Amino acid sequence: MLERIWLIPLLPALGAAFQFFFGRKVKKSVVSLVSVGLPGVSFAWAIGCFFALLGRPEHLFTKVLYDWWPVGAFHLSSGAMGNLNVHVGFLLDPLSAVMMLVVTGVGFIIHVYSIGYMAHEGGYYRFFGYMNLFMFSMLVLVLSDNFLMMFVGWEGVGLCSYLLIGFFFHRRSASDAGKKAFVVNRIGDAAFLLGMMLIVVTFGTVNFQAVTEAARSGHYPILDPTITAICILLFIGAIGKSAQIPLYVWLPDAMEGPTPVSALIHAATMVTAGVYMVSRANALFMLAPAAMALVAGIGAATAFFAATIAITQNDIKRVLAYSTISQLGYMFTACGVGAFAAGIFHLMSHAFFKALLFLAAGSVIHALSGEQDMRKMGGLREKIPVTYWTYLIAALAISGIPPLSGFVSKDEILWQSYAGPHGHLVLWVAGWVTAGLTALYMFRQIYMTFHGTSRVEPEVEHHIHESPRSMLAALVTLAGLSVIGGFIGWPDLLGGSDRLGHFLDPVFENPVPVALKNYSAGREFDLMFLSVLIACTGIYVAYRIYVRRPEVADRVAKSFGPGYEILLNKYYVDELYDALFVNRVKNIGNAASGFDQYVVDGGVNGVGWTTRLTANLSRLWDLYVIDGAVNVAAFFTKLMSYPARVIQTGLVQSYAWLIVLGVLIFMGYYLVHF
Amino acid sequence: MTTVSIPDVMRILPELILAGFAILVMLFEPFVPAGRKRVLGWIALLGVLVAGMAFTWAPPNAGMAFSGSIAADGFSYFFIFLFLTIAALALLGSINYLERDNIHHAEYYALILFSTVGMCFMAASAELIMIFLGLEISSLSTYVLAGFRRHDPRSNESAMKYFLLGSFATAFFLYGIAFVYGLTGTTNLVDLAADLAQPGKWSTLTRAALILMFVGLAFKVSTVPFQIWTPDVYQGAPAPVTAFLSTGPKAAAFAVLVRIFLGLAGPSGPAAFWVIWISAALTMTVGNFAALLQKNVKRMLAYSAIAHAGYVLVGLAAAMASGSTEGASAVLFYLAAYAFMNVGAFLLIAHLAGPGEGRTEISDFTGLGRAAPGAAACLTVFMLSLSGIPSTAGFFAKFYVFRASVHAGLIGLTIIAVLNSVVSVYYYLNLVVTMYMREGEPQAARTPMPLPLYSAIAASLFAIFYLGLYPNHFLLLSTLSSKPLP
Amino acid sequence: MMPIPPTWCVYLGTGLFTIGVIGVLTRRNVIIILMSIELILNAVNINLVAFSRYFGEVDGQIFAIFVITDAAAEAAVGLGLLIALFRNKETVNADEIDLLKW
Repeated sequence: MLERIWLIPLLPALGAAFQFFFGRKVKKSVVSLVSVGLPGVSFAWAIGCFFALLGRPEHLFTKVLYDWWPVGAFHLSSGAMGNLNVHVGFLLDPLSAVMMLVVTGVGFIIHVYSIGYMAHEGGYYRFFGYMNLFMFSMLVLVLSDNFLMMFVGWEGVGLCSYLLIGFFFHRRSASDAGKKAFVVNRIGDAAFLLGMMLIVVTFGTVNFQAVTEAARSGHYPILDPTITAICILLFIGAIGKSAQIPLYVWLPDAMEGPTPVSALIHAATMVTAGVYMVSRANALFMLAPAAMALVAGIGAATAFFAATIAITQNDIKRVLAYSTISQLGYMFTACGVGAFAAGIFHLMSHAFFKALLFLAAGSVIHALSGEQDMRKMGGLREKIPVTYWTYLIAALAISGIPPLSGFVSKDEILWQSYAGPHGHLVLWVAGWVTAGLTALYMFRQIYMTFHGTSRVEPEVEHHIHESPRSMLAALVTLAGLSVIGGFIGWPDLLGGSDRLGHFLDPVFENPVPVALKNYSAGREFDLMFLSVLIACTGIYVAYRIYVRRPEVADRVAKSFGPGYEILLNKYYVDELYDALFVNRVKNIGNAASGFDQYVVDGGVNGVGWTTRLTANLSRLWDLYVIDGAVNVAAFFTKLMSYPARVIQTGLVQSYAWLIVLGVLIFMGYYLVHF
Repeated sequence: MTTVSIPDVMRILPELILAGFAILVMLFEPFVPAGRKRVLGWIALLGVLVAGMAFTWAPPNAGMAFSGSIAADGFSYFFIFLFLTIAALALLGSINYLERDNIHHAEYYALILFSTVGMCFMAASAELIMIFLGLEISSLSTYVLAGFRRHDPRSNESAMKYFLLGSFATAFFLYGIAFVYGLTGTTNLVDLAADLAQPGKWSTLTRAALILMFVGLAFKVSTVPFQIWTPDVYQGAPAPVTAFLSTGPKAAAFAVLVRIFLGLAGPSGPAAFWVIWISAALTMTVGNFAALLQKNVKRMLAYSAIAHAGYVLVGLAAAMASGSTEGASAVLFYLAAYAFMNVGAFLLIAHLAGPGEGRTEISDFTGLGRAAPGAAACLTVFMLSLSGIPSTAGFFAKFYVFRASVHAGLIGLTIIAVLNSVVSVYYYLNLVVTMYMREGEPQAARTPMPLPLYSAIAASLFAIFYLGLYPNHFLLLSTLSSKPLP
Repeated sequence: MMPIPPTWCVYLGTGLFTIGVIGVLTRRNVIIILMSIELILNAVNINLVAFSRYFGEVDGQIFAIFVITDAAAEAAVGLGLLIALFRNKETVNADEIDLLKW
């Protein structure tokens, strides 16, 4: 079983190859059979591998398939000689086993769902080909035993994400969203690559186990600057992939893709790759408390800000997108305070309930013939009951209502962010408030979509139907998982034994002390109570506003005035980025004319002066450096085209002259130089 | 004087089979009705397959044949297999192309086979007369192939230029051979190396003769300044022919260069090495920088072909400088990897260019990523491989060449090569950006790929990823094959 | 009778070779360029035969026969290509064939 672990990624790859070569020719049923069947077999194989792994006393399995990139000897930064030989190899330890099961399991369910969801869309085979390719890349990412191969998977999932976001390429917004995701992700990838290069010159290897071993050997002091730099670079890579501040802007736009894609790639698996990567490098991060603090800070801030934006959005999928960003923030908070196991636990339960939310939202959209605006929904509870109940379960889970999975995993993170070795009260408060906001926006969504009076447009109204069986089966399965998922990590306090945490322990066993601060069990219980309380409050507020008195919603929005506007426009971050980076070049002309006015009307106060100075500098920069670079390139091209025109005349005889000239020069050189 | 023996014949079995099938194709032509000429294409393909399988039927025994004029060694087998693969891919990509453009004649298939025979003889012969014959068999066939679109003035012009300059360069090559023969009394490479290894054997005339021979081969390889014909000919020739032309004869000429120059490297002294060094540096630079200016896809890839010849020369320089097998094996690896990506790219362009090859400007590919996602994705892979992005064949090809040249101590040349490959990324990615990022309606053909072409592209893609993800087997193979017999 | 020394033949060959090269470089008519290339090939033949005689063996002469055959094939192919070109462009002048450049 374990010896053939490479089958797990290979099978989806075969599926992708099949769709690529034969997809257009074969029937839809064959397409779905191959593309859903192969990930299914791969899931079964993963389960087999998981049990085989449990049977091993040390819960560890490595398999080197072959040498991939024998680089050979080179000098390390420490002066010693390194010998880099990159393998294509697989590492199965508790961490990658959990990831493998989540990716294959949730992936398989979403594939089943897609059969129904995509049945009426064009490019059916293309969709499944990309999805299979994604599964392959993601499995390479989580199962690889070294950073380089992980990076290959990392780029692979990015490519599939780009292709799938732009799947409806005839929609202009879809292809734009694809490009945005692509460009923003490149920033993170560049940092990841740099971090990896630093790892190579520092440790002389990219193998996870070797790097971990070296980091834990005690050879490197805590706060070692190189390692801190590595960690920060890796984390920037994670920020890009996992949509954290400031690189989160691509994820909401990514909702242009088909809904199963949002569920699989932009909720359950790909976006969690950053969390996985940080957890994988936990030994390095433990040596860099500064980087850890950064991780926790960015995570908590993202969790909070994304939740505030989610409250005001009206597109059913965009709410879920911001919710995903917010939940990923929780996971990074957990990693940042050293509770990697809690982060992975939340990753897993989030994969269940967030995939469920997206799929159920997809079911709603499907029922409403493509409508995504919640203002045009309402009263759907009776018409699509299965979707409603599963949606409700997922919403309760994400809001943190016991005993659902979301409660257990989120509470673990909140407790750790308070009592963990790197924990801080501020982190807890941010997480706690976010928990309330989460319940608020989730139930706002539930009430707007399923309760109240129907605001559905009449011609859509009579088409409303419950989704096909393959979609419902997926919803029910995920709902079941969202309910029971928490029990594998049920905390000691409530009579459990946190089996997942103990299972993951060997991966996160660091020589650096990670003991909790000394708080009584009573304190943990109090905090747990507080978080349930705020969740219930959030639900109640949503109930008051959106069910009891829907007209209040508008009044609330009005009374918040500018604040609401800011939230609705997502803090104007997209506009800011556009202004800062995207439109820079376009606006040179406008900026220049605006600047003249500034000089004429010029204010005297310091702020105005500084603004002018920076505007001036930036104008000069644009004028001389940016334009200059463009001009130099153009000039260079022009310059080079002269010799090309002189030599490449198109006339045979001038060519013959050149050949003779060449003979003479070479001969002369050879004879003289001998 | 030895008689022709059975083992001797077995050692040239693939060539015999290919020639036999080529004649068969010509004989069948009158009996095949006009609409069904593709049968002849399949016969030709069958010939290539049979020739490939001939190795399996009759396990080759290494050794010299025909009084030392044919060397049956790992080196020649490697190249023969490579030529057969290129021929098979080119045939697969040509069948629908010829039908589309109404130039479906059996001579095409026969000429491809004959040209392959010539290339096989070039790689396998250890005798200057045989090398000359192989060179001419392959050249004469490709002259005609380049002009195969008879009613297209660009194709006529391409063939005419190729023919005139090709025969001119061959004449230089012959003149060099004549002098070598006059100075040493032999045309056999083994005897030649032995003779020239004697002290005092090198004279001005010997060196001049060697340069003349180098020119003849450099023309085929298209190194600066003998690259001058390449862009015009590659642009004008039918694209499937360009696919064949830019990989097969080039690899064959490199095979001869390796055989002659590595055999004589010791006695020919450092100056021969410097000739290669300078050629390599110039060829890479001129090819890449000129490619930056191009607006036509075929012409851009023609300049890229020049640049790639430069990289291969780096490998040859490394082999000459160090005398180890690393350089030669890198050359072999590179030629094979390059064959797959270039054949694939040109075949795909042949399809996308549409009837009459009317759409070969880069701007014609605008927005192709949306209109024809499959074809655009394949072309992207070929471009990425050509630019040497990791996990493709192109990356490891460059990697091994650069590693060999670093190990041989050619740091300067390696730096030039690395800088050049950075420059090259620009124009390869430009095409990708045009396909995906620019707005507009593509002019390129959007008809689905026919099955034969499809399988050729799939095979090339497979090879690119196989070499890019699992290079070790093939590297081992090319290392084992990199020691020519004499 | 004294045999002709091989050096004389080499001088003759070199002369022919030079004439051929100059012909290729200067004549406009493609047919004359073709003939000039034939001249170079004949220079090669003279050299080969002379060396063959000098060494007292037939290798070079056999080579020369191959070269003559090759020259014949080349001429046939060249004329064929020229006819195809002439049909489309109605010219046999090398300096009027410049559709493909830069």
